[in-house]
Formats: sequence, C-alpha cells, structure tokens
Amino acid sequence: MTTVIRVTDVSKQFALNANKSLKERLVNARTTKQNRSEFWALRNIDLEIPSGSSVGLIGHNGSGKSTLLKVIGGILSPTEGYVERRGRLAALLELGAGFHGDLTGRENVYLNASILGLSRADTDRYFDDIVEFSGIAEFLDTQVKFYSSGMYVRLAFSVAVHVDPEILLIDEVLAVGDEAFQRKCLEKIRSFQREGRTIIFVTHALDLVRDLCSRAVLLDHGVMQYDGAPTQAIRMIRDTWNEAAEAEAEAAAAKAESAPAGVATYTPMRISDVVITDGAGRPKDTFGPGEPFGVECTVTSDRRVTDWAVGIKIENHMDQNCYASNTHLMNQQLEPIEGSRRVTFNYGSIPLVDGGYHVSLSAHGVNGPHYARVARIKNFKIVDSEWQDGLVRMPAQVEVRPVDAPSAAVR
Amino acid sequence: MPSRGTDVRGSGGDAPDALHESPPLNRAEAVEALPMERVNPPRSFFRGTFSDLADILRYRELLGQLVRKELKVKYKDSVLGFFWTLVRPMTQLIIYYLAFTIFLGNQQPAYAVFIFSGLVVWGLFTDIVGGCTGSIVGNGGLLKKTYFPREIFPLSVVGAALVNFALQMLVLFGALAVTAVFTDNRVALTGDLGLVPLALLVCLVWGLGLGLFLAAATVYFRDLQHLIEIILLALFWLVPIVYPVVLPIRNFTESGHTALLELYLANPMLNVVTAFQRAFYTMGPEYTFGGNLWGRLGICLLVGLGVLWLAQRYFARAQGDFAQEL
Repeated sequence: MTTVIRVTDVSKQFALNANKSLKERLVNARTTKQNRSEFWALRNIDLEIPSGSSVGLIGHNGSGKSTLLKVIGGILSPTEGYVERRGRLAALLELGAGFHGDLTGRENVYLNASILGLSRADTDRYFDDIVEFSGIAEFLDTQVKFYSSGMYVRLAFSVAVHVDPEILLIDEVLAVGDEAFQRKCLEKIRSFQREGRTIIFVTHALDLVRDLCSRAVLLDHGVMQYDGAPTQAIRMIRDTWNEAAEAEAEAAAAKAESAPAGVATYTPMRISDVVITDGAGRPKDTFGPGEPFGVECTVTSDRRVTDWAVGIKIENHMDQNCYASNTHLMNQQLEPIEGSRRVTFNYGSIPLVDGGYHVSLSAHGVNGPHYARVARIKNFKIVDSEWQDGLVRMPAQVEVRPVDAPSAAVR
Repeated sequence: MPSRGTDVRGSGGDAPDALHESPPLNRAEAVEALPMERVNPPRSFFRGTFSDLADILRYRELLGQLVRKELKVKYKDSVLGFFWTLVRPMTQLIIYYLAFTIFLGNQQPAYAVFIFSGLVVWGLFTDIVGGCTGSIVGNGGLLKKTYFPREIFPLSVVGAALVNFALQMLVLFGALAVTAVFTDNRVALTGDLGLVPLALLVCLVWGLGLGLFLAAATVYFRDLQHLIEIILLALFWLVPIVYPVVLPIRNFTESGHTALLELYLANPMLNVVTAFQRAFYTMGPEYTFGGNLWGRLGICLLVGLGVLWLAQRYFARAQGDFAQEL
C-alpha cells in the first residue's frame, strides 16, 4: 500500500491570552507575561495513512482532533515535526470550506474550486454535477451569507467531492445537513472508498466511524491514545464517558437522598444499593454476548403502600431505550411494602449488541404516581467480538445449499 | 500496530455494490506516481524565494478569482457599483481645485490635470498599502479553512488596485483631451511618457513590499490597521501632489537645508509622483521636477526590490501561524 499521508512526530503548541492590540499591551504590560500560558494541542503524533483507507479521528472536545486535521491540511503548521502527503487534498473544516459571504453560491463554487487547484475550464465541466448534487440550484445566485447552515454545507460538500481529490478531510460537517442529504453524503463517501481514495474524518458520531472507517485514532489532550480497530477505539472513549456519567449520577442520587424531606422533595420511597450482577448475585459490569444478567436494588418505604411496582429500563449510549418493563407488566402482584425490600431482576441472557448501557430504576404505583426514580444509576457494557448493527443481538444460523433445478424436482 | 489493510466494517452495507466496481488498481498506481510532498516545509530566511515564487505562480488562476472577488465584494449591493471607484479621486480633485485655485488664488495653468496626474498614482499606492494591511486579517474565514500560498491575498489586493488605477487613468486621459480641445494649454506627447511604466513598477514594488510586511505584521499587531491610515495621511503631504515640487525645492535651497532636501527627495513615491506629473502635465514644465528621474527611479526600483524580497521572507516566516492567530 502506498502511503499518502505521513505525520512524523508532530507537536503543536498554542499560546493563550496573548494580547493583540497596543492598548491591551500597555494596560496589561505587567500581567501579559503571567497571563501568557502555553499548552500543547498535539504531542508527538506519528501517523502513516495508506492510500484508500478511511481513518476516523475521535476524542472528546478539545482533544486535538481538529488541530491534527488542520495540520494535515496545511492550514496550521506544526511547532515540531512535519507532515508529508501526496495528491490533491480537499478539506471540509467546520462550517463551509472557505466561502466568502458576500459572493453568490455560483461565484463561491468557482472560488472554492480554484482554491482546491482546479482551473476555470475544469470547474465549468464539473459545475452542473456540483449544483445537482448540492440540490440548491435555485439559490445559486444568492449571496451565501443568506444561506442556512444546511445549504452552506451542501454546497461545500458538493464542491469538495467533485474536484477529484485524492485525500478528503471532513471535520464534523455532515451533522448539519438533513437526513436525506446525510445519506447522500455517506453514499458518496462509500463510493470514494470503493474508488480507493483516502478519507479522514473528525466526528463525534462514533457509530459513523464504526460504519465507515477501517481504522480509528483516539486522541486525548493531544496525545494519541490508541490507533487501530474502530470498535476498540470507540469502546475506550465510551469507557471514559461512562465513568464520568456514573460518578455524576451517583453524586446526584446521594444529593437527593441527603436532601431534607420537605414537601417539594417528598417521596414516600427510596431506591438504594443498586447492583448489576451476573444473574446469580455476584456483582459484574462487563458481559459477554448472551451471558446471564441481573439487577438488584433495595426499595424502602416509610409508610405502608399496597399499590406499588418496580420498573427497570436499559438505555444505550445514544439514549435509545433498549428495554423497559416493570413488575406489573411482568404480572407480578407485589405484597404491600413497609420498610425495605430487596428487589432482584434476573435474566437468563442479555441479547444486546456490543456497547455501553445505562440502567435506570423506578418505584411507582401500578397506574399512579412515581414514588422514586434513579436515572442511569449504573452502567454496564457488553463486549462482543462480532459487531452487529441495531439494538438486539441475534445469533444466526446461516445455511447455504444448492437449489435443485426445477427439472430435477419434477423427475 | 494493528493490521489495517483489511476492512473490519461490520455493517457490510456496500458489499453488493462492491461486486460491480472494478478494483481501484489504476488509482493506486496513479497515487504511487505522485510525489510525496512535505506540507508547509520550513522556509529558511535566505533560501526558498524561488520555490515560493513557483508556488504563487501555480495558483495564478486563484489569484484571478480573488482579484475578481475583491472588486465584486467592494461595491456589492451598491447601486452605482464601479462608479464609486471614480467618485473618491474626483471629489478630491474638485476639493483641491476649489481650495487652491479659487480660494488660495493659485495661478498654475490646468491645475486640475496637475493634481490628478499625481493623485492617480498616489491612489494606487494607498490602495495597495492600505488594502494589503487588512488583507490577511480580513480574509480570516478563507484562511482558516483552506491552504494556498498566503501571499495570494496581498497580491489580489494589488490586482484589484491596478484595475481601479486603469479606470482612473481613463479619467485622466479624458481630462487631457478636454484640456487639449477647450483650452489653449499645451498637451503634448513627450519622451517623459517613457517614465510612466518605470514609475508604475517602482510604485508596485514598494507598495507590495510594504504591503506584504504590513499584512503579516497586522496579524500580530492589530493597531497597525489604524496606524497606517494616519501614516498615509501624513505621507500625502510629504509628496508633491497638490503643490508643485519646485516650491519645497526652492524653500529648502533658500534656507540652506540641503540635507533635508535630499531626504525629502529620496522618498520613492515623490519620484513616482513627479514622474507622472512630468509625463502628463505638459502645460507647465516649470512646475515639474527637473531632476534626473530615470536614474532616481532606477535606484528606487533596486532598493524597492530589496525591500520586497525582505518583506516576502518575513511574510513567509510569519505565515505558518496566521490561521491560529486569527
């Protein structure tokens, strides 16, 4: 495989709080030195990207993804190290690939194409395709400052993919377009992949990375944490998010518990000591596909309540509801409660796909009010060697056999 | 490092299509044939001038686009459009004519032509210097999203200024024709017309040299944008546009300040402006500069080229950090 991009030991330093104007410099003369703090947006990044590969750059906000993309695109020059690449590069960075607001869409197409290195004659040739793909032909002679952000991105993407680039850099722009256009873009990106072009994404849509990329690079505070299979990179980034979310949920629950039992916060029941188990009472938080699974909690009521049920809900990282039920729906008539009860939900196997999940619990009347609710109190994850799309893991038995010819069946 | 040659995508949504596509053999080969180029290679102060020039030359198509953009954007949404380009110098012309000829009682023949022949090239210079100063900061949107030699921005300002200059030259020719037909002043073609291209070149070289330096420096020091307006205003009076150059020469000589006079005459724009006056203001040769303008402009050009080269090197060094400073 030919290397199209080589990033060699690239570091990038930014200075913060630098005073720009004379007034600022004079007024803050003494504090300028102190205020001037520097930080490394990228630290010793080494990357080699072969032609025809699709690489996703992921990481939390401020991890240096966009900076790395700009360094590759040549828009920022690295403080240390260097980048080499070959072939034409088209970049879609943030919003708009360098449009001028006062020019019309048509003029911007020509301007943008010539920035990307196309001659006017070439642009003339691609022009109709560009306009057709963008689907905004009727606004072509409107100044782009009047465009909606979606129209902006449509035109920018359309130009970038029609100039026959060898390398395409995409920074979180597709999220702006509507679903139909996003699908069209993904279609185009897939055809780029088939044609053997190189694509680098920066995105927070991790599923997109898993879908499209053959490789993912995880950045954290400018340091490359992982470089390899997208599933593993995504798992790593979600782990860090889940830890933060879990700590937050527990803090919130603790706060709610310690709050004085005033009228506003009055709940007749409390849910505590939530544990995720292996279905046999032992705590566990990482499951293989189809393993037994259980959730336990303690429900406490100060008063005697006859009409009560316990609900359980499992959501994935996208806040999609994967499973929700309650004891009433399970046809369980619960004995009246006064004091504490330990409630256990056990499942023979958990049929969910690879990913991180959150468990929420509630105690409520059968048809009535919520008595208590703990949202996303515990997390667990499922690690599966086989990646499946969707919510539910369905192991399949695949059989392929020859079909008898009709003539043979007759005989 | 994990393997990445294989596709670990699980969705397999494009698998059926992939069957119909021919393998991307040609593209891979084509890519292999392309050279591996270093992005933003470090530019040493002394070497690299020629590679920079070649780089700029490669983007000449873009330069044309940006010049068009500058011109379009400037008078976009205005009813009179390009006409405004002419309004400013013509207003200046009328004001100075009123002030000097009517109010101050200046006896110089065809004084309007005199003013305008200097004003037209001075306008070119201020357009270039003033426009360049803000050209990097003003194009931050483009600059932060795309890469091409940043020198293109100041150069596009020069291009747009030249177009305006050409239009104003038409006005000057019109004024000359009117003078020739309706007054008994002498309008003639002289050998001094040959000074015009040389003077124009000096103006461009100095304008671009200062412009490149200011464009880069403004990114780090925004006050320059305002400062430069004031400096240009002061410079206007140091150049003999509304007064004939013979007056300061006489005054300096009479008071014995020959060193000051030499300093005053060393101003490259003074030489450019006086060359234009000698070429176009043939109505009163006694009011124009009598010195050896060929030699003076030649020296100005040589020094200017040195300034331009230094400015470009400074610009090249500074440009790597433009995107992050804006």
